[in-house]
Amino acid sequence: MDVLNALVLFLNFVMIPATAYGAQLALGALGVTLIYAVLRFSNFAHGDMMAFGTMLVVLVTWGLQSLGVSLGPLPTALLALPIGILGTIVLALVTDASVYRFYRSKRSEPVIFVIASVGVMFVYNALTRFVIGTDDQRFEDGARFVVKVGDFRKWSGLDEGLAIRTSQLITVVVMILTVAFVFWFLQKTRTGKAMRAYSDNEDLALLSGISPERVVRITWILAAALAVIAGTLYGLDKSFRPFTYFQLLLPIFAAAIVGGIGHPLGAVAGGFVVAYSEVMVTYAYKGVLTYLLPEAWRPEGLVQMLGTDYKFAVSFIILVVVLLIRPTGIFRGRTI
Amino acid sequence: MIRVEDLHLHFGGIRAVDGASVNIAKGSITGLIGPNGAGKSTLFNVIAGLYRPTSGKVWLDGEDVTGLSPHALFHKGLLRTFQIAHEFASLTVRENLMMVPAEQPGEVLWDAWFKPGRVRAREAEVRARADEVIDFLEIPHVADELAGNLSGGQKKLLELGRTMMVDAKIVFLDEVGAGVNRTLLNTIGDAILRLNRERGYTFCMVEHDMDFIGRLCDPVIVMAEGKVLTVGHPAEVMKNEAVIEAYLGRGLKNRKASAMGPA
Repeated sequence: MDVLNALVLFLNFVMIPATAYGAQLALGALGVTLIYAVLRFSNFAHGDMMAFGTMLVVLVTWGLQSLGVSLGPLPTALLALPIGILGTIVLALVTDASVYRFYRSKRSEPVIFVIASVGVMFVYNALTRFVIGTDDQRFEDGARFVVKVGDFRKWSGLDEGLAIRTSQLITVVVMILTVAFVFWFLQKTRTGKAMRAYSDNEDLALLSGISPERVVRITWILAAALAVIAGTLYGLDKSFRPFTYFQLLLPIFAAAIVGGIGHPLGAVAGGFVVAYSEVMVTYAYKGVLTYLLPEAWRPEGLVQMLGTDYKFAVSFIILVVVLLIRPTGIFRGRTI
Repeated sequence: MIRVEDLHLHFGGIRAVDGASVNIAKGSITGLIGPNGAGKSTLFNVIAGLYRPTSGKVWLDGEDVTGLSPHALFHKGLLRTFQIAHEFASLTVRENLMMVPAEQPGEVLWDAWFKPGRVRAREAEVRARADEVIDFLEIPHVADELAGNLSGGQKKLLELGRTMMVDAKIVFLDEVGAGVNRTLLNTIGDAILRLNRERGYTFCMVEHDMDFIGRLCDPVIVMAEGKVLTVGHPAEVMKNEAVIEAYLGRGLKNRKASAMGPA
């Protein structure tokens, strides 16, 4: 019984939240990795693109709520998501046409693009704060739980309860659907193949019928859509605060690099690696160990390896270790 | 077909191409040869749109195409291969070939979602052409292999195959023979000859292998020191005094002369 209790405790506080967080990171890293594979630079503005898109979703959600529109048990934000995606796609395409295209036509070095993207990041950041402010915003509605702690206890007869929030379930389902779509798109469609070809060999792509501007445009559309989906899921799961999204940039890049930057499957795997490490390292294992160890051995302290305040250090350490030991990541990166 | 008029390209003080004028006739296989540093590769790259000339003009079918990007030239029917074979490593050979034709409706988001019939029809058309090219090059056994796994020679064949996917006006071959064994070189040579005779392709090739040049090309343009030295049939050209001098160097020739001694 104690073992089961320990397991449920672990599931409830580590596995379930980390899976949802991993799914959010995976979607974010997928966007970063697509931009890297096709446009060949690390887009620092991705976190704030997520923030901008989520802001649109929040605003539209509030609008729908005030009109009395809802999806029943599902969050209204899902209804607002397509509008947020459209708005962010427009923003991404306008940015590309006004900033990145100029450097592309000059065939600038990747580092120039990176610095330009830092500038774009500040602009997006300011734009988002200007519209919605810097505070926490909650926009989750509908049924809060799929599995409630009390119900689980009654059903299982265990001391520990298990809760699965609607937002966590939605995160995982949406992530699976989105990733499946992106993979199908890259593998099977002509456009996806053109993107892969362009990523493989830009010089050759320019010497065939592939239209580079079209490939770039489609990449931005995909990246923007992924950013908004990731941002909205994160916002539903936690809350929406522009600065948090800027901070997400680090775990997202860590995920993309761990997986092998430029490699979509790697981005997904990397997202989960980073999320599980982060949550497992910052979790206090006292409760779990209390169930598992004989009475005399029970810990008095929290048995927490790292305070949650330091959770970003985990991404940093993963990043540094991967770059030192296997710079290409789990999957050999750079092409899609 | 291609007319190059008094072309100059200077890199700082180096005159890589120094007033070259060249004509490439429709339906010919024109060879471009010369000693190292003669400027043939530079000239080639200027025509193919990689470099913008310092001065001078390039005409394609009477149209001024000077300084157009390689991408724009592709759409005008000027195709090229690379000295070091390029391929889309993560796509199969067939997919590599199918990537070449332009304006495929499947590459336009709107058409891809809302005109699936058109996309499918064009896809089938392009696939049929790719299969035909694969048969022509006699490489059906690797059609579904990833292009990155091919041997160096097979990649060269794929390069050639790519130029057959669209109706090219002129194909520039950058040392197709480099690093390829004899047998495969003959296969490539046969393919070039057949394309030229049966389908009327125009080729222009930079090449070092003289046997290969002699077998395929007429005429041959010889370059030296950024200028065109002479143009003619390969056999004639090889007997030309100036050409021998350019290849062997003046010093050697003089030494040869003095070794014979004064009469």
